[in-house]
Amino acid sequence: MAKPIHDPLSKKLDEASCIEVKNTTCYMCACRCGIRVTLRDGEVRYIDGNPDHPLNKGVICAKGSSGIMKQYSPARLTKPLLRKPGSDRGDNEFDEISWDKAFEIMEERLGNLRANDPKQFALFTGRDQMQALTGMFAKQFGTPNYAAHGGFCSVNMAAGMIYTIGGSFWEFGGPDLERAKLFVMIGTAEDHHSNPMKTALSRFKRQGGKFISINPVRTGYAAIADEWIPIKPGTDGALFLALINEIIRQGLYDRDFLVQYSNAAELVNLDKNSSEYGMFVRSEVPIEEGCFDPQNKIWWDREQDNPVATHTPGADPYFLGDFELDDGTPVKPSFQLLVDRVKKYTVEWAAGITGIPAQTIKRLAHEMGITARDEKIELPIPWTDTWGNEHETVTGNPVAFHAMRGLAAHSNGFHAIRAMSILMSILGTIDRPGGFRHKAPFPRPIPPCAKPPNDSRAVKPNTPLDGMPLGWPADPDDLFVNDDGSPVRIDKAFSWEYPLSVHGLMHNVITNAWRGDPYKIDTLMLFMANMAWNSSMNTSEVRKMLNDKDEDGQYKIPFLIVADAFQSETVAFADLVLPDTTYLERHDCMSMLDRPISEFEGPVDSVRIPVLPPTGECKPFQEVIIELGSRLKLPAFVNGDGSRKFRDYPDFVINYETSPGSGIGFLAGWRGKGGEKFMKGEPNPRQWEMYEKNNCVFQYELPKSYQYMRNWNQGYLEWAKRHSLTRYAEPINIHIYSEVLQKFRLAAQGKGDTRQPPDHLRERVETHFDPLPFYSQPLEAQLSDLYKYPLNAVTQRPMAMYHSWDSQNPWLRQIHTWNFLNVNTRTATEAGIKDGGWMWVESMHGKVRCQCRHSEAVEPGTVWTWNAIGKAAGAWGLDGDANEAKQGFLLNHLISEELPASGDGETISNSDPITGQAGWYDVHVRIYPVDADEPRVTSPQFDTLQPVPGQKVENNPGRWLRYFAGRKKP
Amino acid sequence: MTQLALVIDLNVCVGCHACVTSCKEWNTSGTAGFLADMNPFSKDPTGTFFNRVQTFEVGSYPNTETVHFPKSCLHCEDPPCVPVCPTGASYKRESDGIVLVDSEKCIGCNYCSWACPYGARELDEKQKIMKKCTLCVDRIYDESLPENERKPACVLACPTSARLFGDVNDPNSEVSLAIRENGGYKLMPEWGTQPANHYLPRRKTRITIHEDELIRADNPLKKERQLPMPDADDPTLDETTSW
Repeated sequence: MAKPIHDPLSKKLDEASCIEVKNTTCYMCACRCGIRVTLRDGEVRYIDGNPDHPLNKGVICAKGSSGIMKQYSPARLTKPLLRKPGSDRGDNEFDEISWDKAFEIMEERLGNLRANDPKQFALFTGRDQMQALTGMFAKQFGTPNYAAHGGFCSVNMAAGMIYTIGGSFWEFGGPDLERAKLFVMIGTAEDHHSNPMKTALSRFKRQGGKFISINPVRTGYAAIADEWIPIKPGTDGALFLALINEIIRQGLYDRDFLVQYSNAAELVNLDKNSSEYGMFVRSEVPIEEGCFDPQNKIWWDREQDNPVATHTPGADPYFLGDFELDDGTPVKPSFQLLVDRVKKYTVEWAAGITGIPAQTIKRLAHEMGITARDEKIELPIPWTDTWGNEHETVTGNPVAFHAMRGLAAHSNGFHAIRAMSILMSILGTIDRPGGFRHKAPFPRPIPPCAKPPNDSRAVKPNTPLDGMPLGWPADPDDLFVNDDGSPVRIDKAFSWEYPLSVHGLMHNVITNAWRGDPYKIDTLMLFMANMAWNSSMNTSEVRKMLNDKDEDGQYKIPFLIVADAFQSETVAFADLVLPDTTYLERHDCMSMLDRPISEFEGPVDSVRIPVLPPTGECKPFQEVIIELGSRLKLPAFVNGDGSRKFRDYPDFVINYETSPGSGIGFLAGWRGKGGEKFMKGEPNPRQWEMYEKNNCVFQYELPKSYQYMRNWNQGYLEWAKRHSLTRYAEPINIHIYSEVLQKFRLAAQGKGDTRQPPDHLRERVETHFDPLPFYSQPLEAQLSDLYKYPLNAVTQRPMAMYHSWDSQNPWLRQIHTWNFLNVNTRTATEAGIKDGGWMWVESMHGKVRCQCRHSEAVEPGTVWTWNAIGKAAGAWGLDGDANEAKQGFLLNHLISEELPASGDGETISNSDPITGQAGWYDVHVRIYPVDADEPRVTSPQFDTLQPVPGQKVENNPGRWLRYFAGRKKP
Repeated sequence: MTQLALVIDLNVCVGCHACVTSCKEWNTSGTAGFLADMNPFSKDPTGTFFNRVQTFEVGSYPNTETVHFPKSCLHCEDPPCVPVCPTGASYKRESDGIVLVDSEKCIGCNYCSWACPYGARELDEKQKIMKKCTLCVDRIYDESLPENERKPACVLACPTSARLFGDVNDPNSEVSLAIRENGGYKLMPEWGTQPANHYLPRRKTRITIHEDELIRADNPLKKERQLPMPDADDPTLDETTSW
């Protein structure tokens, strides 16, 4: 054989080219990996994972590797736009305007609203990762009408877990797969913390752990599960309750853990005539009141056979039984109440609801319980608990769980997630090796301290809102309602309809504003939220509402501002369009005040630093907020004399403090004049440089003895207090039994001394604010004709795409060009629908024509599709005949944002009655084949959108894309 | 003789497609670039990729496996694509066993892609040149890169480290060890192509529970004097025997 005839290395591509490598943080999804961007002659040559970044350690995903195509996408907006006079919303006809003009329009309009009625301005944002700034802006403006998208994403997960264990999956905590032996993943979970999860899963499997996936569909991570357990959607709560039942029945719970670290042994007042019914018996009123759980509850000690203060040294409380206090009050330990509750939730009962065989549920319970008990981990790490007990080791029960939207997006999700949290707790796995572990700034007190205002008088002209727009109610007096109990907020968050709606209800904003219920607003500003398409339930009607006018010919929602980097379907409905930059063109903070990227071992935050200059006239949305805040003279943005305080966003990040001199700002790293402090310290003028030199990330590793048991770890809690993460170094005991929920129930029953719900909501509040988890069918299912609509319909998220963002991406759209409805082969065949055939899927709200894919990887009562691949024709820089528009579809048309109206016309959101979490996955459908003469195109269809001014579709390479970075093209 | 290759662990591949686009990204601006895409923003987009992931189901409900199967040139030890090339553009490097195409000699006749039983070659429809996985030959010897980054882009990107890279002819290499110990196999060995790339099969972990593990002296229920008992209305001998 001759020598190589061709040396591929001989081409010196980079010679005479300018090569630069810059570090920043990815934003192709919410994972936020560290990336290195290599530029050749100023064009993106390559984006790879930063090996020195703690989150992804050099790996990157399909989306991250396709960032180039997003940067140069023809969907990019590049100029501020104003709707053409005489055109209708949705017509997509715009005039280019200058930023000066755009700011003038906003300054005048918003200035007037602020001077008269600040709540007439509503700001709602998508997955923006800048809620610390946008929330602060809303508060400064004085409007209560602010939230990000959490209400229609996964608020049940945040609220259900935080109200139980003081922390949550998500960016706030996760499974410790490094040490776990058994890992149970329930429902869809692919789009948060995705690369670290993949890496951990792989290591876990290679270490010989068992991975169980409980999911109606076997895709994504479930593909590599050692066992797939198909379950009917919306029945997760039934499964958890049966698992709790079986684990308790067999004595497989961790009693010692529950005694010390939860309220399981605490005595509950069961005197039905008492205003304290269902509340814990207390020894005395604490001297200091604050945002913490006072340690003044009672156990029944078995040695003395008497009530004693909890954690009395030497005391050993009863877990089961019923007792009577000296004054005759009947009491039970809350664990006994849990046992009473789950008694009816047998594995046989759950089998009928979940579709999982009783034997499988039983085995699952035994595998969890025995692994937790017999595979104990003991780490030689001494630590001290908040009661002063010294421990020589940290113990772990190596059973880990993970779940996200699959559990959350049901109207019974809050209680399902409470049940899961209780299951995790009785197995003794909270903030322990091999179980669930917190990430700073979690754990938080239950509930966390921030509260919304509780009075409509918190909203005043020309005045910041008195309180945070979003917070964590602890009792009915924390609700944000008028004197008559009606909602103050446009989305009715923190009202009696959804009292613990800690992330707001973005999915009801447009409907409420359009209807004028609870009132009309003037200006709705949407940032990075595709509310005229995949982010709305009931998409077709919501589009009509956006374009609907009153008798005077005025839009029912008079002014709509849309800020986005791309030509989404929502842009077409805007009056004013503000072109945002991409993630490669701006500064950003993954802030401790929002959702940082902390690791189990300690706090981590990170930044984006621009790699490229802004395209066209794109302006980072943060700069828009700083400019608007300065022009409107919102107090935090101006000096005492009214002059502008911050030059720009980077300047703001360095110098802003949560209150004057607090030393707490957006970034935790390199604070103090010379960068010598962290978490807390004076502003450091060179903070950005220091982040830049350190891979754009700040990481602090806690001493080992502070890394576990943080709810009760004296060392950690004092460290957290010293660094101002928390005000109180008090224990955060697990709420097996939720007194918070009981307070709302008492109010609904007319007891207690708090505010009470309006009469028409009493029963709803009384039913759902149960201090112990219970199972009920999702609300929509209760109101559906399940004979006519027998199937569940759900969506999942493909790992190669993030919501609606990636159909514009020529590489990623070749992976998922359009979506099918996946139907179990047997189910489809019975309905007479062929593989690849056209079909209708219909709910009581609407119907969609689409293509069918037969599948053996879905349980027969469920149909599913990928989320947000379907597009409106002409949107996102795609041609009108693109597959995404003609073969792709949205399931959203089948899902309503409101439950069917009651007899008296009362409307209520299709959401969890506790948290306002959108019930995306509650919809029931039927399927049938299309008629032979029907067009082979998805329905509904909408008029094809044309590109807007400033979109570089003329540079669209048309038939061919030949991407090659740099000057020398082949 | 050195034979570089990929070993792909199907036991941990979750089908995320990181390998697909990191490959596209590296190579479109690399020595094999560009990698053209037809109809990038319109109907039926299709472009050149060196690596694709196929997903398929095995078995019937509920005993279904969903398999994600990444596929690229297997760098066969006896590659059928080489001898059929009329211009000599298709060749196998002696030094490391990588199969490459000399773009200056390729006339786009497609013979090699017809000869390849794995469908691993893709004609760049714009340039009319045959393209395929190069194992990132323009990365792995690049001394300007840190040593641990001289690997194919897909290997560095893979979040589950499902892609191992090395010399399958060196019995002590990581890849040889993985093949030996985990049942690594070749695709369609009956074709005699001796593919260098290998796949590692799915492996299952089960938990065995012995009955007596449910009965323990330290059962916390014992403390509560409530060891599991049959329900009062469960059948007992009391009703059924007749002494």
